This record gives sequence, C-alpha cells and structure tokens, in this order.
Amino acid sequence: MIPVAFDYSRPAGVDEAVQTLTDAGEDAKVLAGGQSLIPMLRLRFAAPSMLVDLGSIGEMHGVREDGDDLVIGAMTTHDEVLKNPLIRAHAPLIAQATATVADRQVRHLGTFGGSLAHADPAGDMPSVATALDATFEIAGPSGRRSVAASEFFVDYLTSALEPDEVLVSVRVPKLAGWGTHYEKFNRVAQAWALVGVAAAVRRNNGTIEEARVALTNMASKPVRAHGVEEALAGAPATAESLAAACDHAAEGTEPTSDASASADYRTHLATVLTRRALESAAGI
Amino acid sequence: MTVTEERTGAEVGRDRHRKEDARLITGRTMWTENLSLPGMVHLAILRSPMAHARITNLDVSPALRLPGVVEAFSGRDVADMQGSLPCVWPVTEDIVMPDYPPLAVDEVRHTGEPVAVVAARDRASAQDALEAIEIDYEPLPVVLDMEAALADDAPLVHGEKGTNRCYTWVLDSAAAGTGDDVAQAEADAEVVVRRRFIQQRLIPSFMEPRSVVVDPTGDQITVWSATQVPHILRILLSMSTGVAEHKIRVIAPDVGGGFGGKLQVTPEEFIAFAAARRFGRPVKYTESRSETMLSGHHGRDQIQDITVTARRDGTVTGISAKLLANMGAYLGIITPGTPLLGAFMYGGIYKFPAYRLECTGVFTNTTKTDAYRGAGRPEATFALERIMDELAAELDMEPMELRRRNWITHDEFPFTTSAGLTYDSGNYEAATDKAMEMFGYDDLRREQAERRASGDRIQLGIGISTYTEMCGIAPSRVLGQLRYAAGGWEAASVRMLPTGKVEVVTGTSPHGQSHETAWSQIVADQLGVDFADIEVLHGDTRTSHKGLDTYGSRSLAVGGIALVNACQKVVDKAKPIAAHLLECDPADLEFVEGQYRVKGSPGAGKTLADCALAVFTSHDLPDGVEPSLDGDATFDPENFSYPHGTHLCATEVDTETGRVTIRSYVAVDDVGKVVNPTIVEGQVHGGVAQGIAQALYEEAIYDDDGNLMTGTFVDYTLPSSADLPDFTTDRTETPATGHPLGTKGVGEAGTIASTPAVVNAVVDALRHLGVNDVRMPCTPERVWQAIRNAQGNAQEGGDRP
Ligand SMILES: Cc1cc2nc3c(=O)[nH]c(=O)nc-3n(C[C@H](O)[C@H](O)[C@H](O)COP(=O)(O)OP(=O)(O)OC[C@H]3O[C@@H](n4cnc5c(N)ncnc54)[C@H](O)[C@@H]3O)c2cc1C
Repeated sequence: MIPVAFDYSRPAGVDEAVQTLTDAGEDAKVLAGGQSLIPMLRLRFAAPSMLVDLGSIGEMHGVREDGDDLVIGAMTTHDEVLKNPLIRAHAPLIAQATATVADRQVRHLGTFGGSLAHADPAGDMPSVATALDATFEIAGPSGRRSVAASEFFVDYLTSALEPDEVLVSVRVPKLAGWGTHYEKFNRVAQAWALVGVAAAVRRNNGTIEEARVALTNMASKPVRAHGVEEALAGAPATAESLAAACDHAAEGTEPTSDASASADYRTHLATVLTRRALESAAGI
Repeated sequence: MTVTEERTGAEVGRDRHRKEDARLITGRTMWTENLSLPGMVHLAILRSPMAHARITNLDVSPALRLPGVVEAFSGRDVADMQGSLPCVWPVTEDIVMPDYPPLAVDEVRHTGEPVAVVAARDRASAQDALEAIEIDYEPLPVVLDMEAALADDAPLVHGEKGTNRCYTWVLDSAAAGTGDDVAQAEADAEVVVRRRFIQQRLIPSFMEPRSVVVDPTGDQITVWSATQVPHILRILLSMSTGVAEHKIRVIAPDVGGGFGGKLQVTPEEFIAFAAARRFGRPVKYTESRSETMLSGHHGRDQIQDITVTARRDGTVTGISAKLLANMGAYLGIITPGTPLLGAFMYGGIYKFPAYRLECTGVFTNTTKTDAYRGAGRPEATFALERIMDELAAELDMEPMELRRRNWITHDEFPFTTSAGLTYDSGNYEAATDKAMEMFGYDDLRREQAERRASGDRIQLGIGISTYTEMCGIAPSRVLGQLRYAAGGWEAASVRMLPTGKVEVVTGTSPHGQSHETAWSQIVADQLGVDFADIEVLHGDTRTSHKGLDTYGSRSLAVGGIALVNACQKVVDKAKPIAAHLLECDPADLEFVEGQYRVKGSPGAGKTLADCALAVFTSHDLPDGVEPSLDGDATFDPENFSYPHGTHLCATEVDTETGRVTIRSYVAVDDVGKVVNPTIVEGQVHGGVAQGIAQALYEEAIYDDDGNLMTGTFVDYTLPSSADLPDFTTDRTETPATGHPLGTKGVGEAGTIASTPAVVNAVVDALRHLGVNDVRMPCTPERVWQAIRNAQGNAQEGGDRP
C-alpha cells in the first residue's frame, strides 16, 4: 500500500537523466507513467532508492515522421498514441492494440515506451513492436545505440536496457498497403491478455505477399510466429490457407500455466486467435 | 387510527432523486478514513505469511527504535485484554467453537492472520516498521480441502478440538412433521437426478476499504467504523472486552458499501480498540485492498450434493441437499449460520412434498467465510434452479414447463412449504409471463434450434431462474429457535421539532441503500410533511441507541414498519392537541393530507406543525396531556419477507474459445409495494451484476500451501460495466400481507436470482454437445474444457451421466 521511501528527481533532458541514473547507481529506477512501477512499489515488490521521472523531457514526447519511418517518443502516453493521426495513418496496428490497454485512466498516464521497457510478456505493446520490427533508440553513459525488437526483449520483465540507460524513442516502419489487426483475449475488459496476436498482412489481390505475426503472453517474451509467416508467403488469400498456416501458430512458444489459464488452453487460443487476427487483417 | 393510509401514494412510489447523491457521488463526506483527531496514531498490522504455523519467536522491539514509531505490541502482550472475537450463532448444541484472538497468540491458522501491531505518527512509518519486527514460525501441516479436512487422519486446524468438523445441522421434513420422507420419495421415484455443485469462494468487493478510528480520551470510548453493524459492534465489544456498554459509543459514518463484508465484528476493530485503550490516545487503522482480500471475510465456498426425485410427468416428489460449508479457520460473527440462511430455500417456489437438508461446517486453514450478499440463499437457489434444468433435460421437458408444473400458484397463498416456511403472497405465473414476453422466449428458442442445426460456432443458451427468497431478517422467535443470539426487531423514532420539521432516527445502518431518501418518503406520507423537511439520522449509538442494523434485506421490511408505527404514535399523540386547538372532540377529527380536520367539514384544520408549536410552548395544552409528540416504535416481524421473480438470460457461447457473452438479461422481480422505483432498480442492477460475477468471473483461489493467489484485482477478476450487458428490468406487484407497507426486501434478490440463470444458459447452449455442467466461474477455459471433455466422451462412445 505504501512504498518504501525513495529519492526523486525530475531531469529536464535525456543526458541529465542518464547522468542522474549513473550517479545514483543500480538501485535507481526510471519512472515513466508509473502504471506498472508504482503498483510494484506499493506492494513492496520493488524498493528503488531513487526514481528518475522522465515526465519533463520534451524530446521524449510525441510522434514524428522520418522518411519511411515513424519515430515515437518513449514518453508518449497510450492516449496520445491512440489519438495521433500519424499513428492512425501509418501504424494502425499500434492504435488497435493500444485501444485494448486497460482503461482510460491508465491510458492517460501509461506510456508507449514504459510498456515496452517494462518487457511484460502479457503487455500488448511488446508483441506489436515485435511484429513491426521496431528499432529501440537508447541513451546511456557512452552515448546512443539502437537495438532491434528481436534483441530488445530478453526475458520476463527483462529488456536489453542497462540500469543506467533510457529508452528515448522507438522507430517503426510505415506500413503502406498493409492490413492489420490486434486480437486480444482477456477475462475482463480491464485485464491483461491471456493471449494476444498482432498481425499485419500485405495482399496482392488474391495472394498474400507477406504476413507478420507476433504473439503476446505465449512465452517469457513476445514470440514472432515465423512458421505462420512462412506458410503464408505467396499463399492464396483464403480462409482455408489461413487456417492451414495457423497450425504453426504455437511453434516456438512456451506458455505458462497459472491461475488465469493453463498452457494447453493458451496454446489452443494462440491457434484460434492467430487465425482470427489474420482473417481481420487480410479482410477475409 | 388508520386514516393516514389515504395519503399513501403522494411520496411513496415516487422516483425521488436520492438525498445522499450529492455527497456520496462527489465523495465529499465523512468516511472513517477522513477522520483525523489530535494526537492520533496510525496502526499497521503484521500478518502471517503462513497458513498454519506456531509462532516460536516474536520480538517487536526493533520496530520501536525506528523513526516515528510510538508503540508496538503482539498478541501475547494483549492476551488478557484483547478479548476473543465473538460468534453469535452457535447453530447446534454440540458446535465446536474455537477461541478467536484478534491478534494471534501462539499459532496462526490462515495467511493474513494478524500477529503484531505497530503504531506510528504517520501511516508510512508504521508500514515501514512492520519490516523490522522479528518473527519466526514453525510450519504446521495445512488443510485446505473440506473433504480432506474431514478425513480421519487430517491435520487439525484447532488441535485442541480434536476435529475439523464444526457442526452438522439437519432439517428433515419427515422428522419435523412438515412433509414427506425423502428416502421414501427416492424409493418410490420414477426419476432420480443427482448432482454435485461447487459454490466457489468469493471475496466481497465493497468500494470503501474497512477503516476504524478509536478515541479513548472521552468519557465514552468512541469508535468510528466502516461497518454495517454499529449497534451490534457496541454490544459485542462490550461483552467481549468487559468494557461497560454505556462507556462505548459507536459511529458508522457514511459507509461505502458492504454486501455483507462489513456485517462483521473484525479483528482490526478489536485490535484498534485494544491499542487505543493501551496507549490512551486515538488510533486509526485503514486496510489496504490486498488486506481486505486476504483477511476480510470471504463468502460462499460450499460443496452441494443434491438429489431430486420425480415422477415421469414432471411432478417433483422431493429434494435433498447435503452440504459441506467451509468455515475457514475461525468463526466470525455468523459464520456457522450463513449457509443455514439458505437451509429452508432448497424448495424455492415449488411444492416439493419431501425435504431434507444436512449441512456440515468444516474448518480449514483459510480465511473465514461469513455473510456475502444473499448469504446461503444464492447457494440454495443456484442448486435448486440448476437441478431443475437437469431434471428437465432428464425428462426431456421444456424447463419452464417443468417449473410451472411444480410451483405454487397464486391462488394457493399463503402456502406452507415442506421446509416449514409460510409464504405470505406471490404470483409466479404473472412474473414469469411478463419476463418471457419481454425476453422473446419463443424467438430465442427458435434461434437456438437454428444455430444448433447449422453447427454455428456461436451457440445460444437460455437460462431460467424462477426464485424466491426469505429475507426481512427476522422474527425474533424464529431466530431464537435457530439458536441465534439476538433478536430480529428494528426500532425507529420520530422527533417533531418546534418548527414543524422532523428528525427521524432509525436503527438500520445504511451503507449505500438510500435510507435517507426512502425513509423521508415514508414519513412525508405518514405525517403530511414535506420530503425536504425530514432529516434521517442513523449510525451513531448516541443518536440511535437502539437498532439491529442493515443486512438480510431487512431495513425496509422490518425497520420501515417500525418507522410507520412510530409515525402513527405521533399522529395519535397530536390528535387531542389538535382537537383542543380546534375546540372540538378528538373523536370528530380525521387526519388527512397532513391536517386534522373535523370529519365531513373541509374547512381549515390544524397541521402537525401547529401541534408541534403548541407542544413546544405548552401554554395551552389539554389537561393531562404530555407535552411531547415524539414517537418511538420497535417492530418485531411475525414472518419473513418473500420477494420473488423470474430472471431469464440468453448467452452466446463461442465454442472455439469458450467465451461466454451475455446477449440479453431480463429480470422481472416482485418485491411487493415499492417506495422508490429508482432505488429498487439500482438494487436489482447491482445485485444481478454481483450474481453474474459469481457465475462467470470471480473466484478466490488458494495454492497448495494456503497462499491466496487472487489477492489483487489483477488476479481476482471483478467484472466492470464494460463486461456486463444492459439489463431489462420490470416488476410485478404482489403486496406483502403481514404489514401496512406491503413491501418486500430487494437488497439481495438480484444476486440470488441471477447466478443460476447465467449458468443454466451456459449449459443450455452446450447441452446438445453433451455438456451437462460447467463449474463456476464459467471461465472461457472451463467452458472450452467442458466441450472438449464432452467431445472426448462422445468419441469414446461413452455417455456422461
Ligand atoms: C489496471 C491496469 C491495467 C493494465 N492493463 C494493461 C493491458 O491490458 N495491456 C498492457 O499492455 N498494459 C496494461 N497495463 C500497463 C500499462 O500499459 C503501463 O502503462 C505500462 O505497463 C508501463 O508504462 P508506464 O509508462 O506506466 O511505465 P512505468 O510504470 O513508469 O515503468 C515501467 C518500467 O519501465 C521502466 N521504464 C519506463 N520508461 C522507461 C524509459 N523510457 N527508459 C527506461 N526504462 C523505462 C521503469 O523503470 C519501470 O521499470 C495496465 C496497467 C494498469 C495499472
């Protein structure tokens, strides 16, 4: 209910934030929207000595175009993402998934970057970023670096970020001519996904040219459904070929069994939901 | 005099906005947690992480050295003054009643049990200091499952008691002379259907966490508590701790919901009381949501073995229920009696000649159970309405037709059931007809047949629940027969102020039920004063010294009648005064629309306000008349209240994922006369939502070591409005016959009715696939699993019973 006492700082820029983190040592934590971190503090699952609040860093807010990419500031809130015209036009998959995140209150505080940095395999953004082959732009004591989505998510609640690094922004390719869909399955409207599927499909009339599929909560990190993607490349855009491809949906997954669902059921859902996501994305 | 009835209808029956709305909706009111007193310290409670263990070492002194900490103590430190938490319902003579120390002394018996307390200048320091307390546990074997707990070699929750069986209580219609013998009915039966149903454990999720402030510095020790039962709390604090009753004042300020979860006298209240007395300064304790979930009492948790016997034509000849009821580790205020509040209701609205109920209470290393909205009656109604559907399937009969064949018809009231209750009034045909029409029953059955025929991925199910329940708790004599320690009466006082305004004091204790509004409506009609000129006072033993509080849909059904009777006394007392003012004989007066008038002459009369002023000055009262118009009444009902209704639910079940979506929900309730339709509608909506929550969403789960795995709302999936359908509600109106208001209780009806309607609909959607039960909550996975099992059985050529 009440966190352990901590120091608090609110740097004005990325460099200052990195400096503050470096000075404070391993026990410092970045605070974004606080929607995952604060509950952990309140339940005393985490007890950082200092919180470095990124809320005042202008550079980290908002969405801009950069050639064929969109660059999304890590501190852009879920609500801002949802309403952003560039996202709607060029990365609708992000908007579709964001609309399923929690409730209004959480979406007004929680951030796009925070939900990626948190690396919760049950979160909706990690699989979306994985499906989109996003690139993570990171600032640390030795300067800036970029990390591909496939490298960024390491394990349960573990990303490639070092304790003294800050996720500044996320770069996603604009998808022109793709259909997208995020299919989420949860127990109640405000709950995390038991399983989620992020899908993007590029069609040429009756043929699927390319498909991208990533699964939420089917392992300790998001899983790209390569088997499904390969089966669909060049396949006819029919319900039958989608269904056949979905036999590969659970390949490479390692779902857990917990109080919310068994691994068996999650595996079953992965297949069903992947088909549904693809049907919607492909307009079948 | 009875002429006041002529005014009935002016306020009663009207859709008044609630007087409470502004302050409750904006939150600008006195919740216990808002209270701050000079010198007050904040308590934090250390709780056991073990489900069963001996405390081998406990040292609070390291906590005392931390900044802000004022005091700290353990159960051993207060063993002689903390009292034992009371259970007021020893349901049988040989019931096993263990000691229940508010702070564990030597042994802990469930996770979350309080073991030590820290008091600090602020809440955060108190919380921090808990981590400094040194405590060692020696684990003891844990028993969680009821059947395992009853086995011969089971680990014992209370070793000194030698058994985990708390009690066995039996009601047998043959033995009681109220009906036939179930064994004979079974021997003679053409059809016997048996089912085991599991009532999962639920956690009451009121909005305001429980909170208590105790100020020991005055002449009376004052206790503010977020409770449903301030009067009961005062008596029990006094009886358990030895502090004289008149030295305790209890206040329940505005209380944010309870649902039975605050019908309790809690360890935390006792701990705060002991702490305040020990420190000689005010203390406050407010629980976190996780503490509520971990150690506030839970609800339901029964295993129900039900047998129903019938003839092939659908006539049911008997029902018998064998229950195991999980008490948890200790007995709360009415833990043993809670399942028995349903013990008379396994026959519902039907004429079953033979009836038997046997309930065994079982101790386990879990949080205690106790009242939760409906308390015993939801369990009974669920088992009954579920098995009626199973019987209909067995007989290949339309389930509503089976019900019609067996229910009490409107011309058979009053009707005495084989469980021994006398239902005063009802009209099951009318409520059902209305509900079926609003629901579009026949169209939905057609659509269901089409979807079955086409093998649609989405199957449609129709669920029925034709329920009644007993509420308006309760006739004191009956409570006495059931070995309950208190009565069931309720009190009200009406104070006429000199300016003609009215203060009403009620012994009920609203925590969301809108008594201030409804009571004002009743009094406005009774006394002929304006709705706005009435103030309803409650929840403070200093203003309202007499009362038995709010639970069991009793406030209007019992307290409302006390209020009418108190008003009647005012009207009677004012009459000679009005006659004196009008210079006529009291016998010539009638009281109409708030005025005493000479019968037959419509001219100017005297109002109660005129009489109130005359009493205030007392300059010119008739000889021998007491200068007071105040009226007090205490009402003890002669019977329970029996609301009833028909709820119909249509579910769409996704056979691929198992997800259940409620497509439509129709509730036609008969709660007799209605004081305020909006309030009734609110009770029905909330009640139905809570019943649906049991059917589809909520379940408290322990792991094998007795850790609560659903200790936050992330894991305990409480539905929100986004998960629930629009409800279509309506009413039929068959007045209660036992009292002048004609009202019946409505507080629990929705919860009692809705759970079986939803589960029946889920099973109905899948019955053609071979499914005949889905365990609650019917999560997508359980539904999917049920379909898979049925398909597996079909493939093996097996036929499930
Ligand atoms: C009731 C509720 C329901 C929710 N439901 C969902 C849901 O359905 N789906 C879903 O996806 N999410 C859900 N969430 C989580 C929500 O999306 C959070 O916004 C998100 O998980 C974390 O974002 P945040 O900005 O709040 O980060 P914070 O909580 O502030 O931080 C989370 C973690 O990331 C680190 N961090 C944050 N930003 C950075 C950065 N820029 N650089 C380095 N490290 C950083 C923090 O140090 C911390 O460890 C829910 C949350 C709540 C409270």
